[in-house]
Amino acid sequence: MERNAMSNKIKTYMMFAGPAMFFFFAVVIIPFIYGVYLTFTNWDGISEKKHLIGFTNYIAVFQDGGFWNALLLTLSYVAISTILVQVIAFALAYLLTGGLKGQNFFRAGFFTPNLIGGIVLGFIWKFVFSKAFTAFGTMISAPLFESSWLSDPIKAFFALILVTVWQYSGYMMLIYVAGFVGVPKDLIEAASIDGCTNTQRTRHIVIPMMAQSFSICTFLTLTRCFMVYDLNVSLTGGEPYGSTIMAALHVYQKAFKSKQYGLGQAEALVLFAVVAVVAVTQYYLSRKKEVEA
Amino acid sequence: MAKGRTVVGGRKAVFMNLMKLVLLTAVLILYMIPFFLILINSFKRKITIIKNPLMLVDPKGFSLDNYSSAFREMNYVRAFGNSLIITFVSVAFIVLFASMAAYFFARTKTFAAKFSFSLIVAAMVIPFQTIMIPLISIYGNMFGMLNMKSTLVFMNIGFGMGLAIFIYYGFIRSGVPISLEEAAIIDGCTPYQLFFKIVFPLLKPTTATLIVLDVLWLWNDYLLPSLILGKKKLYTLPLSTYTFYGTYSSDLGKIMAGLVLTILPVIVIYLILQKQIISGVVAGAVKA
Repeated sequence: MERNAMSNKIKTYMMFAGPAMFFFFAVVIIPFIYGVYLTFTNWDGISEKKHLIGFTNYIAVFQDGGFWNALLLTLSYVAISTILVQVIAFALAYLLTGGLKGQNFFRAGFFTPNLIGGIVLGFIWKFVFSKAFTAFGTMISAPLFESSWLSDPIKAFFALILVTVWQYSGYMMLIYVAGFVGVPKDLIEAASIDGCTNTQRTRHIVIPMMAQSFSICTFLTLTRCFMVYDLNVSLTGGEPYGSTIMAALHVYQKAFKSKQYGLGQAEALVLFAVVAVVAVTQYYLSRKKEVEA
Repeated sequence: MAKGRTVVGGRKAVFMNLMKLVLLTAVLILYMIPFFLILINSFKRKITIIKNPLMLVDPKGFSLDNYSSAFREMNYVRAFGNSLIITFVSVAFIVLFASMAAYFFARTKTFAAKFSFSLIVAAMVIPFQTIMIPLISIYGNMFGMLNMKSTLVFMNIGFGMGLAIFIYYGFIRSGVPISLEEAAIIDGCTPYQLFFKIVFPLLKPTTATLIVLDVLWLWNDYLLPSLILGKKKLYTLPLSTYTFYGTYSSDLGKIMAGLVLTILPVIVIYLILQKQIISGVVAGAVKA
């Protein structure tokens, strides 16, 4: 009897969760564990043999200046992009929830870049930065645009930020719009009756009520920006002089270009740890804010 | 600062709305300029693009030459077909397996079920870049499974499980009444009948959300396909765009036409299903 119940349980598990768990383990869990093992080897991607070399790769991570430069660059990119995206997305959402005529059209329009992959977006903007902006700059003789942004390390970095902000502000705007719509009407009315001005209402009622939207949007922007790869490859390709190589691209090159799989994987895990720490910190900080709302 | 109180329908409100409209239109035009530039230049000859990329129409007139050569040289039809089949098959399996698993996890209180679900949710934080190196070393070097569309589909299903199970789980817990299932059991339904005839149809809104999210992800995915599919005849649309750009990077007219061709299908679908896509994206983000 007992045994029958047990085998029944296993049977239903296999019937319903079996396929999902098989794919999940084969593609996520096993590679993840195997990846941890790889960091302790000196595998070059081709040879049959790999030797266990202890913590050598992790020591090498700390000595790899290129990796830390890439990580530092990624952190600044993430910080600037995340802030700008929230400001612009919130402003757009604010303007697009007042019952304005054609607001659905505007919302749909701002979201458009998010339908297209980073590779294609990068190529589009490459043309804009290197050909259109320069022509425009010469036409109105604005020195800022006369030479291509992509040939200067600092400007190329800001080119990446500009495209990122352009893309994600339309995405996050949608989530902020949902947040605005979710603020209870009676609260707003009560505030108006009590004599709140528009600004006061936004500052003291709407914004605190939208704390959850802020934490969702910040989290999404943060995690996506950290792992940026497609845009990095197609817009700058890490150029000029390797000055715009972000962390994910660096990891890719370590493994698949320089054939240092163990070291590349160790760097990938360090990157993962950094992202996890930042994301968890952000989550807890914003959760605190949500409680008081 | 007593200026703010809006009188509904008042003159001030009308004026403010007009200002908003002007501001938003200006910003939207700025947002759209990149697409517009690609479009106008795709009809121009290479020489005119280099001379003046901001000119609206080529002095020699409108031309579709760029399109016909881009269409041919990108192998557009084949790449489109590859993208379509990979996206379609992956999404179908993700929806099927994830909904079944999520239903099981939502209705079973055993340790195995709880543990499996927690593991899946926890693993959602692992970024793809942390897995790609061992993934290629296992499936490429050990099993020699690269350069097959089915391998890519296989991996897409695995990577799609986390979000899909998570979203379905939430919906089943909050939106599917258990009494319905109890009635079906009394009527003698088998577990599969119960799921496919009664539960799965109720999940339609979540399935729609998921299809939107997964199609956008898979159709535009670049990194994983670029690692798996190394042969030209297997290229998906993003891969063939990438190679095309590398090969013809100086032939700007063709490049522009190629980019427009890559974007076009998505924009057409967006024009038709705009409402569903937007609500799907919002629902996905808010739940996850």
